[in-house]
Amino acid sequence: MSAETNDHSPDTQHVDHLGHEGHNHGSFRSYMIGFVLSVILTAIPFGLVMTGVLPTQATALLVMAFAVVQIVVHMVFFLHMNSKSEGGWTMLALIFTIIVVVIALSGSLWVMYHLNANMMPATHDMSQMGG
Amino acid sequence: MSTTAIKIDDPTVFHLEEEPHHEEGSSTMLGFWLYLMSDCLIFAMLFAVFGVLGGNYAAGPGPKELFDLNLVAVNTAMLLFSSITYGFAMLAMDKDNRPQTLIWLAITGLFGLAFLGIELYEFGHLIHEGATPQRSAFLSSFFTLVGTHGLHVTFGIVWLVTLMVQVGLKGLIPANKRRLMCLSMFWHFLDVIWIGVFTFVYLLGMLR
Repeated sequence: MSAETNDHSPDTQHVDHLGHEGHNHGSFRSYMIGFVLSVILTAIPFGLVMTGVLPTQATALLVMAFAVVQIVVHMVFFLHMNSKSEGGWTMLALIFTIIVVVIALSGSLWVMYHLNANMMPATHDMSQMGG
Repeated sequence: MSTTAIKIDDPTVFHLEEEPHHEEGSSTMLGFWLYLMSDCLIFAMLFAVFGVLGGNYAAGPGPKELFDLNLVAVNTAMLLFSSITYGFAMLAMDKDNRPQTLIWLAITGLFGLAFLGIELYEFGHLIHEGATPQRSAFLSSFFTLVGTHGLHVTFGIVWLVTLMVQVGLKGLIPANKRRLMCLSMFWHFLDVIWIGVFTFVYLLGMLR
């Protein structure tokens, strides 16, 4: 369990080392948990959209929720993200990236949606004039 | 004398003397993670562009006429399988089992190629139907976003083959292990991006 033996310890011990500094490659178990969860989290949104059992709005919200959960699952079980790896710097970089992504995405969509809404009558008039 | 000469040439010696707990390559992993985060920003911009332009069909075909969800589901499965097989390659690498590592890497590469093949088939089908990138803003942003992801997978496969040759020639030396770990992050990262693609482009596109 010491830092020196951490590098070459059998992979069965790696789960216990999730909190250690440095990199771990996960274990067979953690990869399988991630894989099974991913299959479920992929199959449900595909099924919802393909069958259309729920109203459109509910389906859209559920599909997005499943995507967020699956991204977290991938981060934890495949990319082995945790707050301790590289002394917390990977987590800090990730948080910074998420903040920038959220600002850029929500800002773009919000501004452009309202721009579209305001431009709509003008575009309509122009097409009528053209026709 | 010769050993001291090697030690002087080796930059890790200085590193170890200053920080005995740091292993070689730990900064490489952080640096590569930062690259992935910047790559993530590129994809975020492309997602934002698709989000803004995704509804502008210019009286052309929309997602419902163009997309085949069965094909997308198969594609998603290919990428997911390649992620788990890459994980198995990493586990084999941990056990210093070179043949097993190479076999799992080869299987990962084949799944990656299957993904690319299906995507190229889909693109070819769309272009054949006249749904080219020039047709509408929706199709321009679609091809840019999905094409950029496909390009990343292509480079991932080139990198994978390169590392397979490296591991085949030099074995699982620390440098190769570090490279395999970088590619592991890159490969899983592409799968994360694909979650966004199939959700926001394909599934939500069908609901529009």
